[in-house]
Amino acid sequence: MNTWIAIGATALGCYVVKLVGLLVPAGALERPLVKRLAALLPVALLAALTAQQTFADGRALVLDARAAGLAAAAVALVLRAPFLIVVATAVVVTAGVRAVGG
Amino acid sequence: MDKRDGGGRPDSAVVRDALGVGVAVGLSGFAFGVTSAGSGLTLLQTCALSLLVFTGASQFALVGALAAGGNPLTAAAGAFFLGVRNAFYGLRLSQLLALPRAVRPFAAQWVIDETTAVALAQPTRRGARIGFAVTGLSLYVLWNLTTLLGALGAEAIGDTDAWGLDAAGPAVFLALLAPMLTTAVERTVAGVAVVLGLGLLPVLPAGVPVLVAALAAPAVLWAEGRRKGAGHEDGPGEDR
Repeated sequence: MNTWIAIGATALGCYVVKLVGLLVPAGALERPLVKRLAALLPVALLAALTAQQTFADGRALVLDARAAGLAAAAVALVLRAPFLIVVATAVVVTAGVRAVGG
Repeated sequence: MDKRDGGGRPDSAVVRDALGVGVAVGLSGFAFGVTSAGSGLTLLQTCALSLLVFTGASQFALVGALAAGGNPLTAAAGAFFLGVRNAFYGLRLSQLLALPRAVRPFAAQWVIDETTAVALAQPTRRGARIGFAVTGLSLYVLWNLTTLLGALGAEAIGDTDAWGLDAAGPAVFLALLAPMLTTAVERTVAGVAVVLGLGLLPVLPAGVPVLVAALAAPAVLWAEGRRKGAGHEDGPGEDR
């Protein structure tokens, strides 16, 4: 049930912000500070989420195979690999390190 | 409408670009389906997210937060804040596409990173409309189809962690984040957010550290504004 509440709230919230952008008059959100903040908010959220999902095990911080997978994904990004290759690299390297590490 | 309005690219070239983006990104719904099912969501819940939320980063964030045991509304808040950027895409698109008011509630679901990028790249309104519609349709259909296949696949293979599939979520975030780190300001925001997100993890309830980490954005903007203000007094000629 809790999961459905989260899904409903997310679906509603995400749809409303999409619609608001199409409906509000141009200029309402065009203040430079608001635009800067809107561009920086995803940077902060994505950075925090990447770090947490790489190093968190519940509420503890751990260094495991995922760190190796993400490091490999970072190398793939530097080499300008396509999106799917970056994700696949992380998955394969993580699985490989786990298989070797037992 | 006129078949080709002045200086536009042929319709077929726009369709080709749009399909390229729609197919490439649409396939990554597979990673979402696997991650979501691996996080303990049911097949129906996983498919409902792709059908109704349809903005990838928010979907990954939500299932990650739920898997970590977060409160449902805290988890939804993190996903929602990631989706706020779509409002700003909508602003750009509403001027560019000039959609009738009655069409906007239907077009809204497709207002995401990829459709905006393709539409903004077209020099004419006709091209932008075709780019938006073809990217939106191909991405929506494929994303939902691959979500279903990914969730079914995850249920079939059982322990998704053994296959390294728990690394797919953070890798998606990293791939979305990397092109945004264009200047020192973005990199500072990202660094502060990582420190807050990891540092607060052991002390705050699940899902809350990410929301606190989001404060890195206004904090760094504020610090930048102060520095600029001080710099302005010293040398009025500087512009960055």
